Amino acid sequence: MSARSVLRAAPTVLRVGLAEAVAYRAELLVWVLTTTMPFVMLAIFSAAAIDGPIGRYGQTELAAYFLATFVVRQITGSWAGWQINVDVREGTLATRMLRPLHPLVAYALEHAAAIPMRALAAAPVVVILLATSARSGLSRDPVSWLLLLVSLALAWLLTIFINFAIGCLAFFIDSSQRVLEVYLAVFFVASGYLVPLDVFPPAARRALSLMPFRHQVALPVEIFVGRYDGRAAALAVELAQQAGWTLVALGLVALAWTRGVRRYGAFGG
Amino acid sequence: MIEVRSLRKAFRVPVREAGLFAALGSVFRRRYRTVVAVDDVSLSIERGERVGFLGPNGAGKTTTLKMLAGLLHPTSGTLTVDGHEPSRREPDYLRKIMLVLGQKQQLLWDLPPTDTFDLNAAIFDVPRDQYVRTRDELVELLDLGDVVKKPTRQLSLGERMKCELVAALIHRPKVLFLDEPTLGLDVTMQATLRTFVRRYNEQEGATLLLTSHYMEDVAALCPRVIVVDRGRVTYDGSREELARQVRPVKRVTLRLARAATAEEVEGALGEGVRVVTHDAAELGVEVDRANVGECVSRALSRLPVTDISVEDPPLEEIMRELFRETSAARLEADADATARVDADAEGAPDSGEDA
Repeated sequence: MSARSVLRAAPTVLRVGLAEAVAYRAELLVWVLTTTMPFVMLAIFSAAAIDGPIGRYGQTELAAYFLATFVVRQITGSWAGWQINVDVREGTLATRMLRPLHPLVAYALEHAAAIPMRALAAAPVVVILLATSARSGLSRDPVSWLLLLVSLALAWLLTIFINFAIGCLAFFIDSSQRVLEVYLAVFFVASGYLVPLDVFPPAARRALSLMPFRHQVALPVEIFVGRYDGRAAALAVELAQQAGWTLVALGLVALAWTRGVRRYGAFGG
Repeated sequence: MIEVRSLRKAFRVPVREAGLFAALGSVFRRRYRTVVAVDDVSLSIERGERVGFLGPNGAGKTTTLKMLAGLLHPTSGTLTVDGHEPSRREPDYLRKIMLVLGQKQQLLWDLPPTDTFDLNAAIFDVPRDQYVRTRDELVELLDLGDVVKKPTRQLSLGERMKCELVAALIHRPKVLFLDEPTLGLDVTMQATLRTFVRRYNEQEGATLLLTSHYMEDVAALCPRVIVVDRGRVTYDGSREELARQVRPVKRVTLRLARAATAEEVEGALGEGVRVVTHDAAELGVEVDRANVGECVSRALSRLPVTDISVEDPPLEEIMRELFRETSAARLEADADATARVDADAEGAPDSGEDA
């Protein structure tokens, strides 16, 4: 399908996707509740920071960091890996493959369609961010805010591509669900979702900087909380790395998909 | 329109026996076996033809359909549909075909079918006015009315199947692959769908390849049938010829003015006539095709006949007989294969000693 055809189809796909997200609003709410871990971590770290800051994080910085983490995850979260796993195992991928819109593009559009509902769920947190002292922990640099949008877009792509790549393992093994669970466990720790990465010891920080996970959450959150204010050049390097990881993930997706589809058994009907 | 040459599809499937030890064993040493689902299938279907694709469970029908639709890559062989190689799944190709799998649905479960229609129209790039015209026409033909505005989960199976057809036909495909489209539907709904599919084929000149375990679907829609068994084509030709080959008899149905016994009727009609159905005054007899005229004239002169009809035996019976023959052959082949394996196993130590 040409890019023009995708663009022509996109508004309807997004509209129907949004209608589905609204239809599953209760499920979405439950999902949002399962993503409140940053608040738990905020409570734990805040208690620990009563006697003094943890690294660079005082009470205000912690509040800003974890509330920003919650917002970033709402926007960039992906369930595509689970979706592909089920579709491959149950044969429902067949329906998607019979349409002249690449199934991975369709998954991505469905994810994009769910963003407004997720943003709605994140809205109260944004209000809290702006209404409390956490506000002073946010970026004040317009350039950072602008580049935050770029970083969020890349984080969204990187996360969905990693999900695609792991989901496609279902073509090769009985189920990719366990791999997804392992990925999620590593992601929680290594992405800065549960713990700010700069509280790790230097050696661990160096190891984590060689992985893609920090570009999924920590980087946009750090831009959000003003870590790169006035450091546009440093931020450009980070964004280039983020883009690089996104391309690597895209390459893996292309490989896993093209090889996987050849093995696809289209079982179940 | 459809050209298939020496098509083969083999799956490598893991072998795992039941039980904890077998499960643990499979962690360290996994065994596989190759299952050949389609083996050397060749066929050719003209534009606008309606063809029934028949065979027992596991014969390779659905696998072949999935290869034709581009869902599966063939292990070897070639296939083209309207000049396209299906496994490439080019958008232009996908816009020409549709595949309805009776057990799978594309309708969005919690939204009304009309949303799926909108979605398909957008994805298949159907111009707005053409889409509205097609949708309204199909909704009217299938008598769906406001059903399309209710969430899919609230629809009956029959309503869902009709909506599935609308969703699949929104882009007006030229090739229809239907896999068990009437599965689970009641008799009236089956008839409605058959009539609809036939009308679509006639109006659009669409090519139809149908698999169904309901022989009435095939009898109503497909003048030509292709029978597959164990992945191979065992028959390709007209329905009538198949009937002649498998059951070289005609079915004569007699309605009498009074009840009669089977013996009485067989006695009146002479040798070579066999009563196969009997319900008081209505009897079905089978007679060699060459003796039909004689049988009918005897019936008219010797029995109080009020009505008489001569037909081929029902396709259902023909297929049952055909599949019985092939499954008997299969059992025999399996027994031979087992015997060969046993013989090999017994012979192994000797071979070892010789070595």
